[in-house]
Amino acid sequence: MADHPDTHHHDHASPAEHGAPDAEIALMETALRELLIEKGIFSATDLQRAIETMEARGPTRGAEIVARAWIDPPFRDALFHHANSAVAQFGVNMGLAELVALENTADCHNLVVCTLCSCYPRALLGIPPSWYKTRAYRARAVREPRAVLAEFGFVLSADMRIRVHDSTADLRFIVVPQRPAGTEGWSEQQLTRLVTRDSLIGVATALDPAEVA
Amino acid sequence: MIAALHEDQLVRVERGVEYGHVRTPGYLRGRHGRILEVVGGFPDPNVLARGGLGLPYRMLYRVAFCARDVWPEYAGSAADEIVADLYEHHLQAREDNDG
Repeated sequence: MADHPDTHHHDHASPAEHGAPDAEIALMETALRELLIEKGIFSATDLQRAIETMEARGPTRGAEIVARAWIDPPFRDALFHHANSAVAQFGVNMGLAELVALENTADCHNLVVCTLCSCYPRALLGIPPSWYKTRAYRARAVREPRAVLAEFGFVLSADMRIRVHDSTADLRFIVVPQRPAGTEGWSEQQLTRLVTRDSLIGVATALDPAEVA
Repeated sequence: MIAALHEDQLVRVERGVEYGHVRTPGYLRGRHGRILEVVGGFPDPNVLARGGLGLPYRMLYRVAFCARDVWPEYAGSAADEIVADLYEHHLQAREDNDG
């Protein structure tokens, strides 16, 4: 909870988010880690490498996958029907979780949240942004999603439907934003630059082509 | 595994679910929804959390709820929905169609 939720104007932040880190849990983590290393289950170097791998993952592959879906209809079909195998082509292993790609259309916008904890497609997008884990986002995304989007600077028109996906179980979600108008003839690589992490969660649209030109 | 519920079926989320590592959020308990998709069998999270193998596996569904049904004071469109992933043992089939 390093990020102060106020950076996104979220009110009703729980006092728990502002408190000291949970010392008891930190102590248990240290004890468990030391035991596992002492017993030779893994080494400190293994652990360091695993953390590096996890931290090196970012939303880039998510952006590449969306750009591919925009230009390649068979890939797009595969992504919406068998997302795990579609993203495997990009070297992403979803493990036991099942990925679902959600298509934004002219009349339906999708937003992802995990109200119970902070489930996020980490294998695909890396570590979630800190606001995603705040109590304010988790509580408000399901209750007043339009107000939350507006705070991110995205006003959803009243005649558009919003679908909020609460990642409560074994599924993980990625939003496929609409391809912006005026990008006809753009290469896959150029299109990738329009897809931000926030657009993959659904708190934003893809960038305006003028912003990256 | 055979799914007892099917796509488009109307369901009610059990009001009082079990204790422990339960993945059915409180705000949906007792609410009426519609099966959007039958996902498949998954290990029972409450059994996994206690160190078990997750048996018996539970059928998982994506269930859609009308946001206005969940939040009476909801300010958005009547078409707005919340979709959650819920296990079969927390759902009941509804025979009626009138809510």
